[in-house]
Amino acid sequence: MSGAGAGTSTSAAAGTGTGAATNAAAGTGTGTGAATNAAAGTSTGTGTGAATNAAAGTGTGAATNAAAGTGTGTSTDKRKTATAGGIRFDEVTVTYGTQTVLDTFDLTVEPGEVMALLGPSGSGKTTALRAVAGFVRPASGRVWLGDRDVTDLPPYARGVGMVVQQYALFPHMRVADNVAFGLKARGTPRGEAASRVGEALEMTGMSAYARRYPRELSGGQQQRVAIARALAIRPGVLLLDEPLSALDARLRSGMLAELARLHRELPEVTVLYVTHDQVEALTLADRIAVMDSARIQGVGTPHELYRAPRDTFTASFVGNANLLPVTAASGTVRFGDIPLRVASPLPDGASATLCVRPHRVALGDTGPNVLRGTVTSVQWRGATHRVVVDVDGHEVLADCPELATPPAVGRPVAVSFAEEDGALIHD
Amino acid sequence: MLVHTRKGRWTAWAVFAALFVPLFALPLLVIAVASFSTNWSGAFPSGPTTGHYAAATRGESLAALSVSLQTAVGASVLALVVGTWAALSASSLGRGGRRVLDALFMLPVAVPSVVVGLAVLVAYSQPPVLLNGTRWIVIIAHTVLVTAFAYQSVSAALTRLDPAYEQAAASLGARPWYVLWRVKVPLLLPSLTAAAGLCFALSMGELSATMMLYPPDWMPLPVQIFAATDRGSLFTGSALAVVLMVTTLLVLLAVSRIRTKASYR
Repeated sequence: MSGAGAGTSTSAAAGTGTGAATNAAAGTGTGTGAATNAAAGTSTGTGTGAATNAAAGTGTGAATNAAAGTGTGTSTDKRKTATAGGIRFDEVTVTYGTQTVLDTFDLTVEPGEVMALLGPSGSGKTTALRAVAGFVRPASGRVWLGDRDVTDLPPYARGVGMVVQQYALFPHMRVADNVAFGLKARGTPRGEAASRVGEALEMTGMSAYARRYPRELSGGQQQRVAIARALAIRPGVLLLDEPLSALDARLRSGMLAELARLHRELPEVTVLYVTHDQVEALTLADRIAVMDSARIQGVGTPHELYRAPRDTFTASFVGNANLLPVTAASGTVRFGDIPLRVASPLPDGASATLCVRPHRVALGDTGPNVLRGTVTSVQWRGATHRVVVDVDGHEVLADCPELATPPAVGRPVAVSFAEEDGALIHD
Repeated sequence: MLVHTRKGRWTAWAVFAALFVPLFALPLLVIAVASFSTNWSGAFPSGPTTGHYAAATRGESLAALSVSLQTAVGASVLALVVGTWAALSASSLGRGGRRVLDALFMLPVAVPSVVVGLAVLVAYSQPPVLLNGTRWIVIIAHTVLVTAFAYQSVSAALTRLDPAYEQAAASLGARPWYVLWRVKVPLLLPSLTAAAGLCFALSMGELSATMMLYPPDWMPLPVQIFAATDRGSLFTGSALAVVLMVTTLLVLLAVSRIRTKASYR
């Protein structure tokens, strides 16, 4: 990637007027009027002469980086890259026959945001993604990309990048041709296409493999090529459908860091990330939409969903959860006969569910909230012990740092948790 | 492996040989031997000669071979285009439409080829489309007969083709035609060449429909073979048959050698 520098202009992007434009990331432009197309809006430069990739700047002399402008100050890119805005689902319903797979789906993904759709298989998350890509047609509702209503547009006219679980690299083309495919299909001039392919391969660390065929690459490498292929067309929106599911655990965490880095380099790209893996969602996403049974169950930042889930499905799907039925009583709650110190805004007698994360539950009766029961099982998990305690017929999990002497099964035991670790979910 | 013991395996081989040799190998061998003979009255033929081959590779016989090759290539190309087109259409139809197309393309296989021959003859013997007496009526009949196989083979390959390729291409901005030429056809190429070989072989051997249609100036080799044996020239007929067989096998071999990048998948 080219570094930013005042008064310089790199091959793919053309600086015009007073500004200097660099074609990719590196948001460290210091000169006046310098703008990096990736770090749109966060650049320290002034607005004039700024050139941004997806969102064509409104300043005078703006150039989009796809167009090798020659100082005319106008874009010559045939493709409208107006997808810089986010994604908006407006009450989208998708049915297959009589089955509703997506039910009045309402969601707005802000420009540049990473939104994870998290849910079990069959929850409709992939359908939502495919509705953005154009592979399923909503029975009702509209899909917006930025200010464009794309509901009736064919997939090839949408300008979104997509990466799927099985990569779907074209087996009869070399890596470089795979990455160039979208550019060729759009009639990008040859010289520019070549430089963009080089750029995309470099960004994903696959430059050395340009001449290989996909079958000569490992799974992780194929996934990088698939990402490079999607990024080469400079999409405003990137759709990732379970992109790491086919990789083994070690590669997965590596690619996760890689994806996070890519998004730091291309912060203007809006990402919709479909996964059933809560770790991926918690790690990567700015916000998570938890889905189940064709509907959104909860939307929020990873922190909100984890610390204060609003519903029991979200509580148990994002991280593990102990869910205890409680009733409100004078500003606090009772679990059976046991009073628990948890802030409760509920009227007396109202029933609710108390969510306590297992790793917040400790053995012993030190905490303010103490539950007594018998140990039903102890699992050693390396760094932690999971102790399962039966409290009045309810199963309570406690994930403790590895214990020197784990409690024996069948023994009475006390577990406790702090006041701030209990989150109330209104029924 | 289905049979585990050594003895069982030997038995299986013996049964296979007992069935295969008399049913498949021996008749072909007899034809090959007969084509080099002038007389076969005892257990073994006599009067070795290559004269039949000399006759089989010149004049009328050579012309018949050429006619057969042209007919087979023409019919295969037409069948491949029509069959592929139909298979692509069928794959984009719903299940109902697909069934209708499947059934339609099964018809020429289900209907006896004599009937197909007669149908084509009757259909094109009257204006406005008068093809009777021309080579085109033979090529059309062959096309009708072999398209079913092209359709089925391409159709099967299409159902195996992962839609993810097409969708990835579309999401990258490729229009449907571009996807077809740059992604689908290259990925289908192994099946297309296999289908071409099958159509070619079937057309090379077609006799019954051809018999009803061929004009005097367009006599394919199988008709020639039939005529020769009908006259009683069994040994000449055998030589022609061997020529037909070897030519067909050589073309099939050549087609199967067409390696495509996609076949390495």
